[in-house]
Amino acid sequence: MTAVQVRAEVLRNDPSGAYRHLVLRAPGVAATARPGHFVACAVGGTESALLLRRAFSLHRADAAAGTIEVVLAAHGPGTRVLAATRAGESIDVIGPLGRPFVLPTEPVASVLVGGGYGSAPLAWLARALQENGSRVDVVVGAADEGRLFGQDELAEAADSLVVTTDDGSAGTRGVVTTVMPALMEQHGTSIVYACGPMGMLRAVHEVAAAAGAASQLAVEESMACGIGVCMTCVLPVRGDDGTTRMARSCVEGPVFSGDRLRWDAISPSGSAVPADCLGAPVSPAVPAPATPTTGAAT
Amino acid sequence: MTDMSTTVGALGLANPVMTASGCAAAGRELAPFLDVSALGAVVTKSVMVQPRSGRPTPRMAETPSGMLNSIGLQGPGIEDFCAKDLPWLRENGATAVVSIAGGSVQEYAELADRLAGEPGVAALEVNISCPNVANRGLVFACDPAASRDVVAAVVERTPAGVPVLAKLSPDVTDVVAIARACLEAGAHGLSAINTLLGLVVDTDTLRPQLAGTTGGLSGPAIRAVAVRVVWQLAAAMRAGALPQAPVVGIGGIRTGLDALQFLAAGASAVQVGTVVFNDPGAPARIAAELGEALSARGFRSVADVVGIAHP
Repeated sequence: MTAVQVRAEVLRNDPSGAYRHLVLRAPGVAATARPGHFVACAVGGTESALLLRRAFSLHRADAAAGTIEVVLAAHGPGTRVLAATRAGESIDVIGPLGRPFVLPTEPVASVLVGGGYGSAPLAWLARALQENGSRVDVVVGAADEGRLFGQDELAEAADSLVVTTDDGSAGTRGVVTTVMPALMEQHGTSIVYACGPMGMLRAVHEVAAAAGAASQLAVEESMACGIGVCMTCVLPVRGDDGTTRMARSCVEGPVFSGDRLRWDAISPSGSAVPADCLGAPVSPAVPAPATPTTGAAT
Repeated sequence: MTDMSTTVGALGLANPVMTASGCAAAGRELAPFLDVSALGAVVTKSVMVQPRSGRPTPRMAETPSGMLNSIGLQGPGIEDFCAKDLPWLRENGATAVVSIAGGSVQEYAELADRLAGEPGVAALEVNISCPNVANRGLVFACDPAASRDVVAAVVERTPAGVPVLAKLSPDVTDVVAIARACLEAGAHGLSAINTLLGLVVDTDTLRPQLAGTTGGLSGPAIRAVAVRVVWQLAAAMRAGALPQAPVVGIGGIRTGLDALQFLAAGASAVQVGTVVFNDPGAPARIAAELGEALSARGFRSVADVVGIAHP
């Protein structure tokens, strides 16, 4: 995989529930993209005041057609600009980036979990897993029906699909981890793939680990560049040598094995540096008070 | 065609455009997007003696035409750098300017000692704008005496022919006084500027957006400040208030014309930083645009335009 930087023509920009679904012409990106890869999109033109690239997991890449697809939520100023692009306009895209999902070498039973538009790459991943003979059960969850993405395609691609919503507006009321244990037990699931917000990934990993299954988690850390130079998207990750490092999720991820992430230091609002992390700050010794404190109230 | 070569003291560059420290790692990640050997130089991310984890996240906030970062000098430490990064730069024909950072004069000295024996170090850039443990959270570059001590320790240990550049902070009352201290301590050139200290409040949590509270502001938002500092340094040299030395201009360069502003204000070379995050091929593009801009204006060489904006 070699990342390329291209001006990708917008072929389609369609609404999909609360999201926009963009189809872009980017043959160089599509040629080597795999499920789990992402692209980093510049916002606006060469005069844009929004300098930082926005990263999106690939929904699908079609090497034959030379197209890539992404799903985005117009949450902030950058994504609003991208959501407003029209067919015929172009977006500066770098990709494919990151390390994709690791596929099993022999057929297994898998569960794929998506939160909100995190479900975007799952149909593509489901087809890749089925090509090697694996069973694919999918669970997608969102706050409400409008924030689900891609159920129709997933229903077609997967062996089974369960939908959950926080408010019960579609599928089972609850969250993805409500339905995972029974599903995993029923099919003897040995690997779980998930994309979505950090809180969900953690819960999914815990359910998978409790059932003795491996997990492959695609994180959504905020990035400035996507190519490994800015060092903003780091997470504490335990390496092959057992040492924890602040690893760049753009080049060492975005897909991590759940048992490598240092959950004790990761929260939805950011990551701390574990005390045993390589190069962690040595906390200064607390100086002894110059005079003994009396403890007397004053 | 303009002759694009330039010099920064004893350092000869094929063209005036380098990467800025902290925005290009050690060059390798940019290789898919540009030819590192065709750049003026690759200035590496500041390396410290020991591996360093950097700060907790969030480390970044976008700002108008810029960004705030508090990475905290995450890096592999000098041994790993010398084992992996420097050889890669050599093998790929890059001119390597190594940025060094430390928490004490002793650490800078150790880094200079270690690098003195390494082939392929074209110059050192002394990042004196990083947190100074020995000086209660201030930075070396805010204090003339501390700046002098660090630069003198590095210069003393660096082989002749390898220029030492001092990277200045704009967050000072009198940048010329700091520059003077660095040059008197033996620095061969000045890099200006490092980031400006900034803060963004998250309006949902009503807390600072960065885990490190404050961060360094960079990008086109700070360009006019950077051009002003370069101008000030060059003007002080012209007035005899500062020893003559080459200046490397840094701050929000996005186009060849931005680079031209810095040259005209007195810089002999420039560095491209934050814009690399937007456009990883930017340093090569900017060099080409600068070449066109100089040719279009009839300049035969880079030296002909350096400082031309001064009366």
